[in-house]
Amino acid sequence: MHEMNQLTTFWFWVIGGVKVLAVFTVVMAAVAYMTLAERRVSAFIQDRLGPNRVGPFGLLQPIADGLKNIIKEETMPGTSAKFYFVLGPALAIMPAVVTFAVIPFAAPLPTPVGTVDMIVADVPIGILYILALSSLAVYGIVLAGWASNNKYAFLGGLRASAQMISYEVALGLSVIAVLLLAGNVTLTEMVWQQQQLGLWFVFPLSLAFIFFVISALAETNRLPFDMPEAESELITGYHTEYSAMKFSMFFIAEYSHVLTASALMATLFFGGWDIPVWTGDDMFWHEGALIRGFDDAGAPIPATPSILITLLTLGAFCTKTAFFVFLYIWIRWTLPRFRYDQVMHLGWKVLLPAALGYIVLIAGTMLVLDQLGVPFGLLYGLVLTGVSGVTTIAFLFFIDRDRVIAGAHGMGAVARRREASRALLARRAAANPDGSVS
Amino acid sequence: MTEILFVLFAVVALGGAFGVVLSRTPVASLLFMVATLASVAGIYVLFEAHFLAAIQVLVYAGAIMVLFLFVIMLLNLGHDYRADLKYGLWSLLALVVAGLTAGVLGQAFWGASDTGFRGDGAAVAAALDAAVREQGAAGVIAEPLFTDYVVAFELMGLLLLVAIVAAVVLAKPKT
Repeated sequence: MHEMNQLTTFWFWVIGGVKVLAVFTVVMAAVAYMTLAERRVSAFIQDRLGPNRVGPFGLLQPIADGLKNIIKEETMPGTSAKFYFVLGPALAIMPAVVTFAVIPFAAPLPTPVGTVDMIVADVPIGILYILALSSLAVYGIVLAGWASNNKYAFLGGLRASAQMISYEVALGLSVIAVLLLAGNVTLTEMVWQQQQLGLWFVFPLSLAFIFFVISALAETNRLPFDMPEAESELITGYHTEYSAMKFSMFFIAEYSHVLTASALMATLFFGGWDIPVWTGDDMFWHEGALIRGFDDAGAPIPATPSILITLLTLGAFCTKTAFFVFLYIWIRWTLPRFRYDQVMHLGWKVLLPAALGYIVLIAGTMLVLDQLGVPFGLLYGLVLTGVSGVTTIAFLFFIDRDRVIAGAHGMGAVARRREASRALLARRAAANPDGSVS
Repeated sequence: MTEILFVLFAVVALGGAFGVVLSRTPVASLLFMVATLASVAGIYVLFEAHFLAAIQVLVYAGAIMVLFLFVIMLLNLGHDYRADLKYGLWSLLALVVAGLTAGVLGQAFWGASDTGFRGDGAAVAAALDAAVREQGAAGVIAEPLFTDYVVAFELMGLLLLVAIVAAVVLAKPKT
C-alpha cells in the first residue's frame, strides 16, 4: 500500500524541477520527430519515399537537420530593424514551449515521498493560461514580418495578426461549451468530469469539437489556413528573410503549437489520459485525498494509484495526441489553401455566429436537464449527444452547400445560381441581338 | 521570493510605462505597453488573482494590442516623427488631469481603510483561497459581476457598443 499523502515543500520543488526538465525535453524531442513525421507522411500521401537515408528509416534526420541549422550562416538583412529582427523568433518560441505546462499527461504517480501529479503546474486557471499565452505567440510572427523590411514578409505578418485575432474568438467560444459542461477551467478537472460523465466530451459537444479543430488549425497557421506563409503568394511570408537557427525557431514554435493543440484536443474532447470504459484509472484530488468516484450515498471512494496505471494512462494520452498530430499532417497534405477573404468569411461570418448559437443551445439543454433533476451521468451525456448530433449534421449540411467555399469547378447552390443568371443573360442577349436596352 | 518578484514586476511595469511615452517609434511604444500589461498580470498572479491575470494577458496583451500593432503596421505609422506634446494650454490641461488621477488613486490607497485596499492580508488570502476552491477561479469573479455589479457591467458593454458605432460612423465613406 502506497502512501497517499501530498508532497512536502522540499519534494514539491525537487519533483517540480524534474517534471519541468522532463516535459521540456520530451516536447522538444517530439517536435524534432514531428518534422520527420511530417516529411514521411507527406511522402506517403504523395506516393514517394521521403527522407530515409540518415539512420534506419531516416530516424536520425532531425538530428542532421538540427546540426545543419546550428552551423549554417545567419544572415541579417542590411535594411532590417536589427533589434526586432532578433526579437521576433525569440518571442515566437517563448509562448510555444511554456503552454504544455498545464496539460495533465497521466494519472497521479505514487512515489515513496508522496503522490505526484503528472502535470507540470496544475494552475487554477488551466485552459485560460494556454489561451492567454498562445495569444501572445502572434507578436513574434508580426514583428518578424515587420522587422524584415520586406514586402512579402510584411504582408505575411499582417495576415498573421488579422487571422489569429479572428480565430481566437471562435477558439474561445468553442472552449466555452466545454467549460459549461466541465464546470471548471482546470484541465485536471475536465479529465475528471469526462470520467464522471462516462462519455468523452466529443460526443455531447461534437460541434464544439469541430469548431475547435478548425480554429486550432487557423491558430497554428497550418494548411488550409497558412495565409501568413502562403508560398505561392508570399515566398514564405514572415520568415522569408530568416535563415539557419532563427528560421528553425519559427518551425520549432509552429510544431510546439501543433503538439499543444493536439494534446488539448485529446484533453478537452477525448478524455485526456482517461482509458475508455475502464473506471479503474479514474483519479482526482478531492479535499486533500485522491478519490476514484462517489458511491450511491455520495461518500468518496479512495483511489489506489499505481505505477502501472500511470504508465497505461500515459500511453493512452500519447496515443490520442499522436493521432491528432497525424490528423494535422493529414489535413495539411490533403486540402488546398483558402483564399484570404474565405479565411475571414469563415472566421467571422460562419464560426462566430454558429459557435455563439451552439453555446446558447448547450446551455439551454443543460438548464432543462438540471431543472428536470437528471444527475450528471450517462443519461445526461446521451441527451446532450442527441442534441449536438442533430446540430452537427445540420451545420455540416449547411457548410457543405458551397455557400462558404466553392471549389474551382464548384456547382453548389451559389455556383448554380450564378450559372442560372448567366444563362438568363445569354438568352436575353440572343433574343435581342442588336444590343439595345429594352 | 514574493517581494523580489513584486519589485521585479513593478520595475518592469513602470519602466515599460515610461517607455511607451518616451520611445519614438510606435512599434517600440507598443511593445513597452505589452511588457507593462504582462508585468501587471504578473503582479495579479502574486495576489493570487490568477483569473484576472489570464484575462489581462488574453484580452489586453493578446488581442487589443495585436489590433493596435495591426493598425500601426497597416498605416505604416511612425516615419515622420513630430512631438505630440505642444507646450501651452494642452500641457496644462494634461497636468491637471494627471494630478486629479493621482489624487483619486492616493485617496483610494492612503484614505479610509474600509475600501478594501488595506486589510488583514492573510485573512483575505485565506477567504479567497476557500472561495476559489468552491467556485473555481472564474466563479469568484463571475458571481459578483453578474449579480451585484450587473448594471455597471451592462453599462460598460453599452459604452463599448457606442464606441464601435462611433468608429463605424467615422470610418464610413461620406456619400
